[in-house]
Amino acid sequence: MDALFASIDLFFLAISAVKIVLLVFAVILPMVAYSVYAERRFSAIIQDRVGPNRTGIPLTLFGFKKDIQILGIGGLLQPMADGLKFILKEDFTPGHVNKFYYWLAPCLTMVPALLTCAVMPFGSELDLNWFGIAQPIKSVIADLNVGPLYMFAISSLGVYGIVLAGWSSNSKYPFLGGVRSSSQMISYEISLGLSIIPVLMIFGELNLSKMSAYQDANGWLLVPLWGDSAPWSNGWHFGRWLLWIPVCISFVIFTISMFAETNRTPFDLAECETELVAGYHTEYSSMKFALFFLGEYAAMIIGSGLAVTLFLGGWSIPFAPLLSKLTGLQFHFVPGATPLYTGLLHIATFFAKVFGCILFFIWVRWTLPRFRFDQLMALGWKVFFELALVNVILTAGILIWCPLK
Amino acid sequence: MATITVQRPKLAWHEKWFISPFIKGMKLTLAHAIKNLFLLIGRKEKTTMEYPEQKWDSHLPDYYRGAPALVTDEHGRERCVSCQLCEFICPPKAIKIIPGEIPSDDPWAKVEKRPKEFDIDMIRCIYCGMCEEVCPEQAIFLRKDYAITGTSRAEMLHDKKRLYEIGGKRVGLVNKWNELK
Ligand code: SF4
Ligand code: SF4
Repeated sequence: MDALFASIDLFFLAISAVKIVLLVFAVILPMVAYSVYAERRFSAIIQDRVGPNRTGIPLTLFGFKKDIQILGIGGLLQPMADGLKFILKEDFTPGHVNKFYYWLAPCLTMVPALLTCAVMPFGSELDLNWFGIAQPIKSVIADLNVGPLYMFAISSLGVYGIVLAGWSSNSKYPFLGGVRSSSQMISYEISLGLSIIPVLMIFGELNLSKMSAYQDANGWLLVPLWGDSAPWSNGWHFGRWLLWIPVCISFVIFTISMFAETNRTPFDLAECETELVAGYHTEYSSMKFALFFLGEYAAMIIGSGLAVTLFLGGWSIPFAPLLSKLTGLQFHFVPGATPLYTGLLHIATFFAKVFGCILFFIWVRWTLPRFRFDQLMALGWKVFFELALVNVILTAGILIWCPLK
Repeated sequence: MATITVQRPKLAWHEKWFISPFIKGMKLTLAHAIKNLFLLIGRKEKTTMEYPEQKWDSHLPDYYRGAPALVTDEHGRERCVSCQLCEFICPPKAIKIIPGEIPSDDPWAKVEKRPKEFDIDMIRCIYCGMCEEVCPEQAIFLRKDYAITGTSRAEMLHDKKRLYEIGGKRVGLVNKWNELK
């Protein structure tokens, strides 16, 4: 028994718990809430509207002249107000539903989205020597060696939430929405999975942290302009530049499949208002509806995180080795010897990139009209599936013909 | 049967695959977003008005249909003769009139009738302007008041006093009851 206790690394457990709590409750959930706010404001300015701009920190109640506004953009507390409203709404369960699955479905959409953030490397290392912690702390909850696989395995559980919601609601709109969504998500999972195989082949690696570290040193997959990837610093070897073509194809397929996976416009057929009222969550109200809503955004954040990690260098600062040389500060990652400011900067970079991706998601949503369902399925099965397969072969060919060092 | 062959536009491959339309659309939305972002930050004239602070009142056209109200004429006489035409025409039945007789010692005894009670339920009123159109005495007008709010149903019921308050005085128009004629 003592031996068992001795084998438990309490320090590791404590640090993991802190990371989980901080990442999930202090970063992901607020980020979800604020991406809803960002969506509302961004859509507003796209459509020449103003958007929610009233709910501020009510300083006027405490005798101040004005509420806080950043650059004249008010309404920064709107997500809190929304949350409060959701909590206070009546949580109504219709009589004709299958209660157990009806309750289970919202959890099943939210939980996988949050579980997947366990393997997301949101930063390099934090050197906490100042606080008396000798080992640098990795900025990832679980440094799994099968990161992308774990992610796909868990995030595809999200489809159960939608299927169960559609089925247990026992009414026709949710049912149609659930059916559509499940077929869509299952189809696009194939191209999503196939599209990252070339990437995994290039890295020769399934550990997301190591992928980020590799890109930090040798240029992002989509921006091969420094380190080993740039011809001028690797003895005029053009392998990485040739690989840029399959990587771009992968990126396009991955991004579009991501849109389909997260049920975002132009592929939001599962909940299109004009045809299905609200799709699979028609019968839901109050916090249960909010969970669907937040689950969608959480999935979006995690998807963006994966795209950023795989293609856009994860937490790495662009041109980090060059910047380090120019400024004398250390911007790139050296295992075990990364200063604290760089570690923090890496975390900030990661979330800035993710935020950029989310803005892109929103921008696309308010630009494109919805596709027809047959177009969606044809695109998934007849175009992306084949293209992803060809892309794998293309990458393999390039890797054989022009191997990376 | 005559058939019409619809000429579909010939699309280039990049249009068929949504590549160039996608880029075009993204450019368009981004241009709007950036323009409005600067308007928002610069606090300049925006496309929309911030309602309670900025109001449209000065732009209201003359034919604006706001709250219906009763008016008096230049002698302070109630114009309404309680003919009840407006009550009958009102589509949502918002008007309720109890007609009253004018006593013979009144200077306006020859008008014979005026409303004893005149209520317009502003919860029901749809601002259609039928009452104004039907009134033979030009006694009821739709004013430019549009922010009619109240915290109870009773407050939203405009009685005679309130209606004359909103309506005020209107001169000219109908002179048939005047003494000098
Ligand atoms: S405006 Fe129309 S609805 Fe309102 S009181 Fe007059 S007739 Fe009735
Ligand atoms: S307001 Fe005009 S239509 Fe209505 S009862 Fe009076 S006189 Fe008749």
